[in-house]
Amino acid sequence: MSRQIGEVILDLKQVSLSFGGVKALTDISFDVREHEIRAIIGPNGAGKSSMLNVINGVYRPQLGEIILRGQHFSKMNPYKAAKAGISRTFQNIALFKGMNVIDNLMTGRNLKIRSNLIQQAFWWGAARREELAHRAKVEEVIDFLEIQHIRKTPVGRLPYGLQKRVDLGRALAMEPSILLLDEPMAGMNVEEKQDMCRFILDVNDQFGTTIVLIEHDMAVVMDISDRVVVLDYGKKIGDGEPDAVRANPDVISAYLGASH
Amino acid sequence: MGFFLETLIGGLMAGMLYSLVALGFVLIFKASGVFNFAQGAMVLFAALAMARFAEWIPAWLGLQGSYLGTAAAFVIAGAVMFVVAWLVERLVLRHLVNQEGATLLMATLGIAYVLEGVGASVFGDDIYRINVGMPKEPVFLFEGIFPGGLLINKEDFIAALIAAVLVGLLTLFFQKTTTGRALRAVADDHQAAQSIGIPLNRIWVIVWCVAGLVALVAGVIWGSKLGVQFSLSTVALRALPVVILGGLTSIPGAIIGGLIIGVGEKLSEVYLGPMIGGGIEIWFAYQLALVFLLFRPQGLFGEKIIDRV
Ligand SMILES: Nc1ncnc2c1ncn2[C@@H]1O[C@H](COP(=O)(O)OP(=O)(O)OP(=O)(O)O)[C@@H](O)[C@H]1O
Ligand SMILES: [Mg+2]
Repeated sequence: MSRQIGEVILDLKQVSLSFGGVKALTDISFDVREHEIRAIIGPNGAGKSSMLNVINGVYRPQLGEIILRGQHFSKMNPYKAAKAGISRTFQNIALFKGMNVIDNLMTGRNLKIRSNLIQQAFWWGAARREELAHRAKVEEVIDFLEIQHIRKTPVGRLPYGLQKRVDLGRALAMEPSILLLDEPMAGMNVEEKQDMCRFILDVNDQFGTTIVLIEHDMAVVMDISDRVVVLDYGKKIGDGEPDAVRANPDVISAYLGASH
Repeated sequence: MGFFLETLIGGLMAGMLYSLVALGFVLIFKASGVFNFAQGAMVLFAALAMARFAEWIPAWLGLQGSYLGTAAAFVIAGAVMFVVAWLVERLVLRHLVNQEGATLLMATLGIAYVLEGVGASVFGDDIYRINVGMPKEPVFLFEGIFPGGLLINKEDFIAALIAAVLVGLLTLFFQKTTTGRALRAVADDHQAAQSIGIPLNRIWVIVWCVAGLVALVAGVIWGSKLGVQFSLSTVALRALPVVILGGLTSIPGAIIGGLIIGVGEKLSEVYLGPMIGGGIEIWFAYQLALVFLLFRPQGLFGEKIIDRV
């Protein structure tokens, strides 16, 4: 692979998050380096999604710090995170169901749009040229993900596997520097999984995008990620390269103890 | 036949106004999940602003009797509604993010009282007329087809036309512009919209502005027909059944619901009235809404209500 893993771009320090009495995350620290594929794994309810939600500010941790490119935050908010180049997909697909694929992807361009409301309302030159430029970018993403045939289909009518792909497309349309993926391959058949794997690797390789990935399929995780964090009951029980994590006795017992 | 058509058209025109008020409800509900009890107060406030500025501005600028004065008054009343939208977001909504629906509903009740109070003290609490130069005389149409032609109230006709044009423009705005797309995105899924960098605060100001503009148009039409007075703020109650009928989340639903109720009121008054006594117009809409609540609570076009687990 041609890509070069860089410095730490995102650093989480002693993050704790609870919902009422439920401790979703306890004292979690780990870092993410530029251009790497960083996986988060763990049994159901381990706190993986909560971790992603803390990173982009959907959840606000009670304790801890998020350091993004050297800037310290005690909490994020989703808008700030998006501005800072973090985009994401959701475990339960959160596409805009009433819109077609193109429009869903176009919403991903929202932050990059400069024309104001008045210009848009009257479809003035600048607004129009801008719309066309963004449209071209969106078409690139559509080609990249091989979804030309469904460009105009309302996303609510697409099969699950394709919705997941459109969800990735919307995130990519933002041209993120960090991409958070929450179980991008869940519920897919083998062929769809292979496609998704290829897209993730290509994004990482061609655009240098840093990827934080939650995934249950061990074979996939061990295959594509550079480093892996393991969570169990909200605590970190392992962290390192795939081989080291696989050999970690705590990790083995967590996975054997869990009911799947 | 001619008489039936006249009743039908009269109903459609009255219905267009219900549609406008209902549209205000739906816009705000879709974008922020707030059931805006202040919609009626906004109509009253906007109409008051319009009525008074239409008096004051020509007097200040020496533009009496000119369309320019009326136009300026409309623009300024629009600006006032923009300020209202901005203040509502700043002072209320921003502090209530992620609160329960009931809390937000109470907050809009509060907004309604403030608008009514401020409106009365700034603009006065008499009955005012809005005169935007709508023609009052009736006209006869299709005299070749029906004996005697169809009697149409010109003012109603123009009002319905304005309402239809406004709805058309708003639809274009929602479908074709970047901001319109962002609004639809927020209406579909708040969290996802925020995560791709759509600023909720700005979107809220925009929808409240649009709702304010719709309220202004409704207020001007209503006010020029019947005068501006406190009871105007209860038009929202008349639009409530429309919203139930059309579904809280559907823009076409608000429009079609308004038309159905407008037509239903008029037809039932004329054709059922003689049999079961008059005054049907007053309760018809609520009865229809009740039937819908029993058998199709999501309305004609609303999304099916599914309890998430
Ligand atoms: N919004 C919330 N409100 C209350 N509790 C929550 C919320 N989100 C997560 N939790 C709780 O936090 C814990 C961790 O949940 P989380 O969704 O992060 O797990 P996960 O590792 O993503 O699991 P899965 O593999 O099933 O997706 C669970 O006990 C869950 O019930
Ligand atoms: Mg999860």
